[in-house]
Amino acid sequence: MSRIESISTTLQTLRGNRLRSFLTLLSIAIGVFSIIAVMTALGALQNSIEGGLSALGTNTFQVQKYPHNQGGGPGWHARLRNRPDITYAQGLAVVERTQGARYIGLEAWTFGYEVTWRNVRTNPDIAIAGETPDGLPTNQWEIDLGRSLSQSDLDLTRRVVILGADLVRLLFPPSYNPIGETVSLAGTRYKIIGTLKPEGAMFGSRDRHFVIPITTFFEKFGKNRSIHIMVQAESRENFQAVQDQVIGVLRAVRKDRPGEENSFAMFSNESLIREFNEMTATVRLGTMAIAAVALLAAGIGIMNIMLVSVTERTREIGVRKAVGATRRSVIAQFLSEAVVISVLGGLIGILLGLLAGNILAVALEIDPVIELTWIATGIAACCLVGIIFGTYPAWKAANLDPIDALRYE
Amino acid sequence: MALIHIKDVVKTYDMGAELVHALSGVTIDIQANEYVAIMGPSGSGKSTLMNVIGCLDTPTSGLYEFGGENVGDLDDNQLAEIRNRKIGFVFQTFNLLPRSTALHNVELPLIYAGVPSHERRERAEKALTDVGLGDRMLHKPNELSGGQRQRVAVARALVNNPSIILADEPTGNLDSRTGVEIMQLFSELHAQGNTLILVTHEEEIAEHAHRILRLFDGKVASDEVVANPLTYASQM
Repeated sequence: MSRIESISTTLQTLRGNRLRSFLTLLSIAIGVFSIIAVMTALGALQNSIEGGLSALGTNTFQVQKYPHNQGGGPGWHARLRNRPDITYAQGLAVVERTQGARYIGLEAWTFGYEVTWRNVRTNPDIAIAGETPDGLPTNQWEIDLGRSLSQSDLDLTRRVVILGADLVRLLFPPSYNPIGETVSLAGTRYKIIGTLKPEGAMFGSRDRHFVIPITTFFEKFGKNRSIHIMVQAESRENFQAVQDQVIGVLRAVRKDRPGEENSFAMFSNESLIREFNEMTATVRLGTMAIAAVALLAAGIGIMNIMLVSVTERTREIGVRKAVGATRRSVIAQFLSEAVVISVLGGLIGILLGLLAGNILAVALEIDPVIELTWIATGIAACCLVGIIFGTYPAWKAANLDPIDALRYE
Repeated sequence: MALIHIKDVVKTYDMGAELVHALSGVTIDIQANEYVAIMGPSGSGKSTLMNVIGCLDTPTSGLYEFGGENVGDLDDNQLAEIRNRKIGFVFQTFNLLPRSTALHNVELPLIYAGVPSHERRERAEKALTDVGLGDRMLHKPNELSGGQRQRVAVARALVNNPSIILADEPTGNLDSRTGVEIMQLFSELHAQGNTLILVTHEEEIAEHAHRILRLFDGKVASDEVVANPLTYASQM
């Protein structure tokens, strides 16, 4: 019996037993669904993080007081609690003494302010960034209208501001040029010197920045805080060298004793991606384990239903053998039935999984993805499950004695 | 040379506690184009003999040659091939695939014979037309009467042009009128040159054959030629 023949026989049988086939298929679908949904969601998240992280540009790393990933194991907080702040002076030392960097930006942040222009008032959710001129390129911020910060803005602690794109949209009428206007924040009036191009969004908008000179920031919000140092190396080649220099300078100015670990944390896009992957690797592994268990259960379900089917169709098997079916063709028939059920179930699971994973992605405002590797893995796993759990029932069918089978009631 | 040559065939079943001798030394020759009825009370071994002749079972000892080939030497696959190409079965309970159409049921032996689908369809349609079911080809067994089902089974037995047609109580599940119709069909098949072997316990059915073998306790008790077999004409 040819392969096409046995598949058409299979489909006929499955149609004859719609509900049962559907339920069996569902069990496989759920197993595959879980794997594809999680992998798709993680894939979308990863793409978005890789894309979104270009917030830190290429060859750029950032220094701050605490690690980005705060899950440093037990006792983490106790160890880091007494870290001294990274001061503006230390930042300036890095700027002075580091060679081979294209930009070294210093910044300080505070959150939760409202901005007003005439009678327009924002929600109190605006982020204030005090920046040096180099802070804009290291943050990947590009000027849309007006100009960027200048050294004299810092030297003279000018009350000037560069507004994020969303903030412009919130405060001003469409296509209104805000350059030269004055906005108020926390009782101080700032003159708008520039606006930023939209950055796009990951987990909500990042475009509500209120960017002022870092010296003005200190004057208004206090100097007693830790700053970020953002360094962009000239090239990928000297990235490591620049990083080493910065570590050296900071250890020296912060008086870290030899043999002790750095009293500050550094990360780059690459390290963030690595961290993310380490975190998701656990999730992926867990999902695979769960999916493996689900597929195992589904496989046992398939075996069960196939054994029932073999018993029910004992006479049919007898007839087929009487009219000339060989063992091989009986095995092929039942095996293809098991494989078709599990692969159909798998395909349904994949479709639903892609849908669910991507719905999640859209809900989180990240781009949907199709994880081809996992789809292929899913289909292969289903084939395997069908073959593994279909073999015994098929073997049992093939070894039925035709005489007994024909007499079976 | 005989189409079927059976010599001293013994078939023993091991039932655990005891050995059951279903056939204890049967010797028969059947020629091509014979119409033989095998009779006997239940337990006489007639079903076992039919299974052996039909290559569904092999003898414990003794010789069975089918068309000159020693069946005892064949493996499972070769037996399946003989059943497929040389033997057409007709069963008391019809044994059609319940979810398949008459046409597909008749095609079944051709599928296993590897006949390409268009030719398969043509031959199955012809076989069904020959048994008078040209207008019922796409009906499923539960949409057909008992007589029609048995005709489908006969068409299935004939479709691969077998050397013998082996019918096991073919009228057992039919009312007498329908039974007669099926027996008429067999007479026609015999007249067309087919070899028929009929297993039955009904004297009247056996009377249609041209030779009657009677089995008793696993042995041939008598082997006689029927002087005036019942025919199509004499039933009218």
